[in-house]
This record gives sequence, C-alpha cells and structure tokens, in this order.
Amino acid sequence: MCAKLNKTWKFAPAPEAKLLKLNAVYGSFINGQFIKPSGKRHPILNPADETQLTTITYANALQVDAAFSAAQHAYQKTWSKLSGLERGMYLYRLAEQLKLHARKFAEAETLNTGKPIRESKNFDIPRCIQHLMYHAGWADKWHYITPLAHQKPYGVVAQIIPWNFPLWMAIWKLAPALACGNTVVIKPAESTPITALLLAELIHICNFPPGVVNIVLGDGEIGKRMCAHAIPSKIAFTGSTEVGREIQFTAQRFQKALSLELGGKGPHILFEDAPLAQAIEGVIKGIFFNQGQVCCAGSRLLVHESIALEVKKLLQKRISKIRIGDPMDKNTEMGPLHSKTQYNKVSQYIHQGKRDGLSCFEHPASLPENGYYCKPIVFFDTGSTHILSREELFGPVLTVQSFRSVAEAIQIANNTPMGLSAGIWTSDIALANAMARQIQCGVVWLNSFNEFDPASPFGGYKQSGFGREGGVHGLAEYLQ
Amino acid sequence: MQRFPKVSTIEPVMLKERVHSIASRSFKGAFKIQALDLILNCIDLTSLEGKDTEQRVVQLCQKAMQWQTAAVCVYPIHIAQAKRITRGTNVRVASVSTAFPAAQVPFTLRCKELEWCLKQGADEIDMVINRKLFLEGKYQAVFKEIEKVKSICGTTTLKVILETGELDRPGQIRKAADIALYAGADFIKTSTGKSSVSARPEVVYIMLEAIYAFMLKTGKYVGIKPSGGISTTKQALVYIALILEVLGQEWLHPTLLRFGASSLANDVMLQLLKQKSGQHQHSRYFSND
Repeated sequence: MCAKLNKTWKFAPAPEAKLLKLNAVYGSFINGQFIKPSGKRHPILNPADETQLTTITYANALQVDAAFSAAQHAYQKTWSKLSGLERGMYLYRLAEQLKLHARKFAEAETLNTGKPIRESKNFDIPRCIQHLMYHAGWADKWHYITPLAHQKPYGVVAQIIPWNFPLWMAIWKLAPALACGNTVVIKPAESTPITALLLAELIHICNFPPGVVNIVLGDGEIGKRMCAHAIPSKIAFTGSTEVGREIQFTAQRFQKALSLELGGKGPHILFEDAPLAQAIEGVIKGIFFNQGQVCCAGSRLLVHESIALEVKKLLQKRISKIRIGDPMDKNTEMGPLHSKTQYNKVSQYIHQGKRDGLSCFEHPASLPENGYYCKPIVFFDTGSTHILSREELFGPVLTVQSFRSVAEAIQIANNTPMGLSAGIWTSDIALANAMARQIQCGVVWLNSFNEFDPASPFGGYKQSGFGREGGVHGLAEYLQ
Repeated sequence: MQRFPKVSTIEPVMLKERVHSIASRSFKGAFKIQALDLILNCIDLTSLEGKDTEQRVVQLCQKAMQWQTAAVCVYPIHIAQAKRITRGTNVRVASVSTAFPAAQVPFTLRCKELEWCLKQGADEIDMVINRKLFLEGKYQAVFKEIEKVKSICGTTTLKVILETGELDRPGQIRKAADIALYAGADFIKTSTGKSSVSARPEVVYIMLEAIYAFMLKTGKYVGIKPSGGISTTKQALVYIALILEVLGQEWLHPTLLRFGASSLANDVMLQLLKQKSGQHQHSRYFSND
C-alpha cells in the first residue's frame, strides 16, 4: 500500500539539558558549614564518559572528631530541646526544598551514578520526598504509639551508605533518625557524594540548627574510624556483606547498637498460572532496574517447568527491547555500571558463566565506546551449585532455573545464605500467601517487584542483615 | 471444545507501570515526522452520526483522498456513495455493521445486514461483539458469532470491535481479544466511540499482548485499531510507541494498524507543518470538521 512506510524506526536523541553547576572541590559539611577543603583529594567521575565532575577531599581524624562533637553539642543544646512538632517542621521544610530542586538532584544523581535520568526523575527523587514527608509526620506522633512510647533517642548516630541510590539511601537513614530526635554524622560512598553535598546546601537553606546533620567525606578507612568513635551509640550501615561483618565486630567491641542492610540474591518465582506478560515485566524490572545494582534485585529466576520454554522466548524478546545508552537521554532505560571496579567484577562473573558453558542470551545492541556499559545478560538452566546463582554480583545478570513443584520452589528459593527479597507470580492467591510465609526473606512481593513505600519495613533475614527501615519498625531502630 | 486460551489474568500494577514507562517516551525530530506521516496514512476517517447525509459523506471522502488516509468509515447506507467517490484511489471504504453499536438485534438479522453491506461493495467491515452474551459468560457463543461473521466476510477485511469500555476488568479485555483473534479477526479494535470510555493506552497494551501471543502460537499477524476519543497527535504517538515496543515495526503499516478517528487528521496536519517549518500555526489554517 505505502512502500515509503517500510522504514526502520529509531527514536531521535532526547538529551536532558545539563544545567548542574558544581564547585571545583568540596570538603565535608560539619557543624552547619562546609569546611575548607584540605587533605587527600579524590576525583568524582561520570561513569557514562569517565569525565571528572568534581573533586572531594577526605575528612581526617580531627574532622571526624569535630563532626561527632558538633553532633553531640547539637543534640544536647538544641535538637533534644525541640518538640516533636518542631523537628517535624524541619523535615517538612527539607522535603519542600527537595521538591523545588528535584530536577537538579535528578541530574546530579544521573551524572554521578550513571542511572538513567528517567529513573532518577521518576523514582529516586520522588521517593526521597515521600520518605521525608512520611517521617516528618511521625516526629510528633511516635511518642504515643504503643511499642515506642517512653523510649528515648540514641543521641548521636553514625550512618554509612552505599553508592547505588546515594540520595535515597541517605534519606532512608536521615529521616527516621532525625524524626526520632537523634543527630547524625553520615558518610556517603566516596564515589557518589554529589547529591549528599547538594543536600547539605538544602539543610543550610532550611536553617537546621548547626551540627544536627554532619556529612563527612571519605572511604572505608573513615567509615572504620566513625564506627570505632566514642560518641555515637548507634551505627546504621547499608552496603556489602563483608564490610557489614567487619562493622559488626567493631560495634560489638564498643557495645554500640547496630542495624545492617546487606546484600541479597533474590529468588523470583514464576508459576504456570502467572499473568505472564506482566510477570516478564516484573522480572525485567527486578533485575535490570538501576543496571542490577540493587541489593534487593531478583537475580535468580525460578520458572515452573511447564512454562520454561515460553518464558525463555519472551525474556529474550523483552531483553532485546531494553534501550541502553547515554543515561541523560530521556528514552534510555539502562545506563553504565557505576564504576570501573564494578564493571570488572561483573565482567568476571559473566566470563566465568560463559566459560562454564552455560547457555545465555545477551542484549544484541552495540554499546557506547566510553563508559562502563555492560549488556544485560541472562543465563539459562543454571544449577543451584553454580557461582552465578550463589553469589551476589550486583549487575545486570539474571540466572534461570526451572522447578517442578511448590516444595521444590521453596527449597531452591531458601537455599542461599542471603534473604532480602523475593517475588512470587501466580493467579492463585492461596498459593501466594502460603509461599510468602515459607520464604525466608525480609520482603516478599506478590505479583509485583521493587515496589517501595515508606510505611513498609524493609530489611533482611540471615546474611542480608538485621534491623528494618521504614514504617514503625524503622523508627524503633533509632530509639532505645 | 473451547478453541481459545483459558487463562487470561492481567496484573494491573505492573501493567500500568509498563504502559506509563512507554507512554512517557520523548518523541522528537525525524522519528516524530516519520510517525506523523504513518499516523495520517493509517487513519480510518470516520463519520458515524445520525445526521450524516449524502453530501457530508462526499466531503469526507474527498478529505480522505486528499490527505491519503487509509480508509473512510461510514454507516452501511453510505457505502455505495463512498465507493463511487473513492473509485480508482487507494482509499478503502469501511462500513460498521452487525447492528452497530450495541448488537442488540437477533443474529440472523445482523448477518442479513452484513450480507447487504458486502453486496454494496464495502472493502472492510467493522463488526461489534455481542456484549450481552459476553457479560452473561457465554464466551463460546461469542466466539461462534464472530467465526460465522468472518466466514460470511470471506476475504473482506474484518475488524472486530471489543467495546472495551463496557467490559469489566483487564482480564476480560484480554479474554475478548483472545476470542476475536482465534475466531478469525483481521483487526481487533477497541471501541465504537459511542460509550463513555474509549481507547486508553492500558487497554491497547492488553490487546497488543494478545496479538503477540496469538502470533507466537499461530504465526498469523493480526492488526490493531485504537479508536474513539483519539483526537490529538500526542495520544496517537503513544500507540505508535506501544506497538513498536510490544509487537515491532512490522505492525507499523496501514495493513496492520489503523486509527479510528474523525478529527485526529486535522491535528496531525498541524503538527506535521510545525515539524517541517518549525513554526506552530494557528488552527484556523486547518480544517476542523
């Protein structure tokens, strides 16, 4: 009919404008102001093209001391004297400011981590605002709730957060701690401090009493120093299982309260009566969201044997549709991995899987030349013994196993040292409920995945840590 | 024996998320121009009103010929007139049939109407499914009716209107789509335009999933026709993106894609000129009928 219409269809580039202006160098934020940059310098890179965004200077021992002293002083002199309502107002104000500057924060998050702009715009920043609002509401109410009434804040809290959701994780830690009346010394990951530094500017604008929130910059060494410091009586950490274990030793030695949110190897279980088209979407979102760099990622797909072939076909088709490229493009769905180290680690695992002769399907597109891009990949028929289905690798790598019965599905799902998240897809609500009770994971999603709400507690079983974040359970972690 | 799939569960949370993620794409530059050209070529220029007259249909056909839309869509009484005007052009004549829009007429009479439409020379037939039977749960009977209609149509293109606004929930829409597909539809179409709820991206997405699953099972390519309430280019572009994502670019062609719309073409023309000249023109320079 119309021969001219038989063309290929390619989305035109739609890059988000780059408006972000950063200082050339940043120091830590202590006692309400940025201290003069001095000491060890560390470049902050954009993982999409390896250009340098800015430089930070690590805090030294004196500055860590100063941060904790400022926090203690703020706790004793101002923050503990304020009413819950007043503390809540600060959090509300911060949420409102974040709303005003949402675009700037989204851009900064994407430039710093490589996550697609549509994710930082539609997921990260709105979730941060929601989390602040939610906890602002709690600030004058938790005193009257049965398990929390008559409890007291810890005073000064040390918090250490990872690089996968820099701002979101910072807010997850800050909001409940402040709502409960603690003051905070927080350390962002050394590679992703930008949104935390921008947040410091907002904290300044919101007129927080100096010292209530202190942001120290630095690597694991600074983290160790924070954990062993005399002042904080509570440590909250999100990150890898190995580091978490070390922190647990330190916390035990100095008798500090502790909550850990560590790795996961989430099972994602598809029964034959699942709403298949949506289940495939759920699987894709479960493992390729944020390039797979999510602690609660559904990295092990368990499929009912009767639909295994169909699922394989649908997965391959759906994976080929993922749009990889410049994370600042509004149509991009997957950006680069976060760093060279992470890229090398994931590549090694993929290489190992291929060397062991596992059948796999890789995204067909070619990747941009620069940047730490990694193709989404799925390994089929992976046994429980293979390293790919045992270790958390924090990348866009999915393994698929089939199961024959419900009992077998539960057995495979629980056969891991971790237990953070799981997904179940079925039309049978009775089965779904029964499964949810038997799976040893902190979060079980039914017919969905990676859905979050500030009211819903999040945390792990087994080696995925202890303590919960979100909801009343999350508040309890910051009270004694 | 049931000859269409039994299970048709749809999960609304992930459905909405996925559709939103596609619908919020940015359509720019060459892609947009290409899409606008396609949309224009895929329009079934429609006039289905009680006040349609002979002269009105003549004007409709002339507009369709000048702008090269895929077809005109009219009531049966206007088929002969439309055929006469569009003779020798690429514009096809589609007629609604089988007691459009409610189908609340005995099946034998509906078949008679259909036979009359075919005799008048309609190139394409837009039938409505029997919602009475469907909502009563008599799916097999709905299937048989469509199958019979297709057998009367023979090689004439058959579009089956599901009237999704009157079906209950997402799973039922999938079921209706499956029934129409397995009964032999050449296109499945969302709405009559006569109920309060017409084409929506979520609904079209469900139908596209059904078309894709049918293609995997049988190897047959069935077309899609979003219709009713599509008056802006922006809405139509979302459907283009959905089709690209779920089905692929084979479907971006008038043989497998139609838009049932009366005023969409005006906006497409306006947007096309804007893309090509860089200037947004006043709507008074374009027809608004």
